[in-house]
Amino acid sequence: MSKITTIEQALEFVQDNMTVMIGGFLGVGTPERLVDALVIKGTKNLIGIANDTAMLDKGVGRLVVSRQLKKAVVSHIGTNPETGRLMNAGELEVELIPQGTLAEQIRAGGAGLGGILTPTGLGTIVAEGKEVIKVDDREFLLEKPLKADVALIKAHTADTAGNLIFYRSARNFNPLMAMAAKVVIVEAENIVEKGQINPDHVVTPGIFVDWIIKG
Amino acid sequence: MNAKTIIAKRVALEFEDGYVVNLGIGIPTLAADFLPTDVSVILQSENGFLGLAPLGGLVAEVDLVNAGGKSVSIMPGGAVFDSAMSFAIIRGGHVDVTVLGSLEVDQEGNLANWMVPGKLVPGMGGAMDLVSGAKKVIVAMEHTTKDGNPKILKKCTLPLTGKGVVNFIITNLCVFEVTPAGLLLIETAPGVTVDEVRTNTVAEFVIAPHVCTMPII
Repeated sequence: MSKITTIEQALEFVQDNMTVMIGGFLGVGTPERLVDALVIKGTKNLIGIANDTAMLDKGVGRLVVSRQLKKAVVSHIGTNPETGRLMNAGELEVELIPQGTLAEQIRAGGAGLGGILTPTGLGTIVAEGKEVIKVDDREFLLEKPLKADVALIKAHTADTAGNLIFYRSARNFNPLMAMAAKVVIVEAENIVEKGQINPDHVVTPGIFVDWIIKG
Repeated sequence: MNAKTIIAKRVALEFEDGYVVNLGIGIPTLAADFLPTDVSVILQSENGFLGLAPLGGLVAEVDLVNAGGKSVSIMPGGAVFDSAMSFAIIRGGHVDVTVLGSLEVDQEGNLANWMVPGKLVPGMGGAMDLVSGAKKVIVAMEHTTKDGNPKILKKCTLPLTGKGVVNFIITNLCVFEVTPAGLLLIETAPGVTVDEVRTNTVAEFVIAPHVCTMPII
């Protein structure tokens, strides 16, 4: 079965009220064509998990502006004034998570772990309501795994088996999110035949990838 | 020399050859411009690479940005990785020095730089991981706010980024070392007196017996 599909068919898997992970760091490494199509499709009440809400006209920021998110789970919202405005108006729930914790929670979600123990956030409001676990003499916060219904991933090159290579800092959260969602949709700048990517160069193995669209 | 240059030049003296360094946006980034000629450091960028080239150097690349989203370039010998690896480097003690700006710092080494409740909530990004994992945490900031209000306090009033995490505070007026006993004034900026530091600092501090002028030119 071919994993290559159209944007329209791939986005059939994104429905109202779902949790969606979207790769990218301030828009770099975000699958913009998939986001474009999701804005047009108008899917509502999504929980978005991403590093940040990027800018008004870029990356995840456009789903904030189009009011398609009911909640954003991110480490940073400072570059998108609309996120802060909607949050203060009570129209968008925002959960802020330290970036390294967010990365490990997503990795844990895909790796079958019950959570991670991190020193990050101890003694801050991030620790409120969370379990503190002592290992030897050091305290850690228990942070639970994160999973999603769908992950929207940007890759530089995909082969037809779904193996992925990323480019420069567009990698960021993409390989982690590709492990943590039930359905993984990849927007690849280049699509090559199976066997054209050296197995040693594969960053995300193709078994994680369900659908590929041309970016 | 303006305030930012004083701070950046003094911060640069904290770097040793071969150090892995993470610089926050703003004044901390300027420190890379003042490295001594015999010192070369490896800059880490939290969004997933080592070998960040100083601004204004190599030609910026597509799909390569620094932690502030600005297009940058990567040095020969650089390496790219995902966000989990990036924060394994940061949290795992593989970064020798991190330099961050701050809204407030206090005499117990607490730092607050990620939100002003009700006013400004940008989020912590990677700052909480950086202060919990880097071997040395330096706060580099102007000594007071634009309105002249003290930023070095007895106790932070804003939500903390990290508790008891700061090792050095470098400002346009002085350098404080954060010790288990509290703040130790170890240097003053050229032309700045201890009285000026005292006037502009709410925190209690001890004057080191060997207090000297910042060795910057």
